[in-house]
Amino acid sequence: MIWQLDLAILTLVVVTAIGAIAVKDLLGSAILFGAYSFMMCLLWSIMGAVDVAFTEASVGAGVSTVFFVAAVFRTTRRTKD
Amino acid sequence: MRALGIIVVILTGAVLLYALGDFPSWADPTSPAHKHVSPAYIEKSLEQTSVPNIVTAVLADYRGYDTMFETTVIFGAGVVCFFLLRTPRKDRARVRRYRHVLTGMTIRVKETRKTPLVLEEFERIDTLWAPHDLIIKTACRILIPFIQLFALYVIAHGHHSPGGGFQGGVILGASLILLAISHDLRTALGRMSERLHAILCPIGVFIYAGTGALCLALGFNFLDYGALARILHVDPVTARSHGILIVEIGVGLAVMATMVWIYSNISSKGKYDEGL
Repeated sequence: MIWQLDLAILTLVVVTAIGAIAVKDLLGSAILFGAYSFMMCLLWSIMGAVDVAFTEASVGAGVSTVFFVAAVFRTTRRTKD
Repeated sequence: MRALGIIVVILTGAVLLYALGDFPSWADPTSPAHKHVSPAYIEKSLEQTSVPNIVTAVLADYRGYDTMFETTVIFGAGVVCFFLLRTPRKDRARVRRYRHVLTGMTIRVKETRKTPLVLEEFERIDTLWAPHDLIIKTACRILIPFIQLFALYVIAHGHHSPGGGFQGGVILGASLILLAISHDLRTALGRMSERLHAILCPIGVFIYAGTGALCLALGFNFLDYGALARILHVDPVTARSHGILIVEIGVGLAVMATMVWIYSNISSKGKYDEGL
């Protein structure tokens, strides 16, 4: 495990997680959540859990982002709060 | 209320960080999980199931119940999306748009009894989202078969490499969703209708649970694939490997159908008419 890479990815995980909550634009929030899932996928693969990383990449970063974007497309793009 | 929420979040985070101190450090060989449980799987799984990928062996064989109910949860999610969102067909779009294929001109048709158009020259487009890009359409059309081939590889090769029913099923579903996004929802539904999703979804769960029940009927425990040796005419170890493959195919079918089902319900507001 390379600690510089680990640190960079962990920082990005925290940044994208806070960004996904804080952003007012729901489409941007969905994209940030996809980026968060992808960073988690990288983290799993660094730790050697390739099966989990594969699942995270396909389900988390792939399909669930599409679901969120479709839901935003059919509802509203701005949050109320 | 907002301040209260932040305080709760910070307190929970502090408790979790405090509890982190009691965890064994990462990849610690003396931690309890790595002392008794992991070595048993690492040493025994190949000779008991003849599956080189230990994760697949654990997921589909040693903890078969867990994976079966995960599949059931996915199936339940699809059914819930269907019941919440699906609307009867009466509520269809009032205004339709058509594109003249040769000139690219679009026309707007209000609700009428019959469509006064020569339909070979016109194609139906969505009112809100009508991309017409030859490059995207062609690229996706070329790409989709390879994605599906890769998904089948992931399902079939789960014994030897990372992957399995869940991942392969999701990729297979994603390829159909890509078709729906790059063309439109009606094209994707023409390839695989709503009824087919709704049938494939329980069939996948049924394959899984049915394999377990078959083992039970043959006098073994539920999901003990060694029982299949009598049917498949192989030794019990190879039968467990084959049993894992059968179960993975069931999971792949259920997951693929559910992903496409949920997507078409969400993106078309349950009308199955105009999608993203």
